[in-house]
Amino acid sequence: MKPAPFAYYAPTSIQEALDRLDQLGYDGKVLAGGQSLIPAMNFRMARPGALVDLNGVSELFYVKPAPQGGYLIGTMTRDVTVENHPEIKKKYNALNQAFVTWAHPQIRNRGTFGGALAHADPAGQLPGICLALDFRMKVAGKATGERWIEAKDFFMGPFTTVIEPSEMLTEIYLPDLAPRTGSSYQQVARTHGSQFQVAVAVKVTLDANNRCQSANIAMLAVGEQPILAVQAGKMLAGQPLNDQNIDAAAKHVATKEIDPGTDIHATEQYRRHVSEVLVRRALIDAQADAMRRGG
Amino acid sequence: MSDEFKVSVIVNGKTYERTVEARMLLSDFIRHELQLTGTHVGCEHGVCGTCTILFDGQPTRSCLMFAVQANGHEITTVEGLGTMEELHPLQKAFQEKHALQCGFCTPGFLMTLVPFVTANSHPTDEEIREAIGGNLCRCTGYENIVEAVKLASEMMRPGN
Repeated sequence: MKPAPFAYYAPTSIQEALDRLDQLGYDGKVLAGGQSLIPAMNFRMARPGALVDLNGVSELFYVKPAPQGGYLIGTMTRDVTVENHPEIKKKYNALNQAFVTWAHPQIRNRGTFGGALAHADPAGQLPGICLALDFRMKVAGKATGERWIEAKDFFMGPFTTVIEPSEMLTEIYLPDLAPRTGSSYQQVARTHGSQFQVAVAVKVTLDANNRCQSANIAMLAVGEQPILAVQAGKMLAGQPLNDQNIDAAAKHVATKEIDPGTDIHATEQYRRHVSEVLVRRALIDAQADAMRRGG
Repeated sequence: MSDEFKVSVIVNGKTYERTVEARMLLSDFIRHELQLTGTHVGCEHGVCGTCTILFDGQPTRSCLMFAVQANGHEITTVEGLGTMEELHPLQKAFQEKHALQCGFCTPGFLMTLVPFVTANSHPTDEEIREAIGGNLCRCTGYENIVEAVKLASEMMRPGN
């Protein structure tokens, strides 16, 4: 046995899970798919005092169309379920592109959509896509009730979100895409399925004249948390998405809006270079997706 | 702290009941408690794929689950595939195409591939390589593994 001992609870309803988390406070940790938490526990890097396992909470597993358009996804929905959802696949190009790079099939069979967001790995795909596509997260707690959090307010730092110890993520809202909106996910990794050195997720909306109406550019693994390159997005708003403007935005992101470090995987300089290349690629691809989707 | 839990699990069609600590990994449970040592343990953090089993029919890392989570679920390990007398077509294909050398990674490859060859009667090289992307073979015999998957899918085609 590798993990340190812990108390184990397996609630069967959201209410029961929230009661338990409230009682445990800082000792409690939610166990979703476990594909990141259990390796950390096997290494004893994580030693939670108690696990609240949500795998038996059947009301947290679903994908359904939202009344206002878009989709509502229960936090425990397996990655493979979202990956194979025919409409989600078609609509959200960035998500579809990212799934191919997302660990391996065995991990996606067990890993959960909500777990990847709550885990908030600065080098995870989903937090960046969440920022680019403006996901909203529903967080619930026994004492605090329910609250909806916008993507830009959700991530606090490496592996840290605004979810309090006695709270949990229950639902994710994927907003519908406006007409003439496309998205793209681009990354550079050493080998297929391994951790990327840099990744970019982008959403672009075009106006009637094919100029950029708005652009969300989310940068991954170039800072302590996923970064929304707000200034580059503003530079592009109202401008045609031609080579010159895309170049300028990509350069701005790479030099001004990220804070990459040097580690054994890549140097700061390399990450800045790759960031510029990937922003350019992602904008061009998202633009093509927007034209293709039309509307 | 280390409370014990009763676990009832169906493995290869047979029901097993054991009492385990919550921290016991499913991979260790299968090997040490059930004595089914066909499931191998490599990296124990979800990278190598050798501990892959079918959990409710889906290839899953048994080192990234706790045994207590398997309570009431169905598991297939490599022991549940073929017998020495009658190998599963995938095992036959691995034998025929020399898709193993030391054999350590083989149980993980087989359990990953069983649903794949069942669902794909004409897989491309690219699809096969994507399917085995989560399994490492340190003898690096990937070429022959890809060949074996093609042969197995052919053997398993309806009418063959």
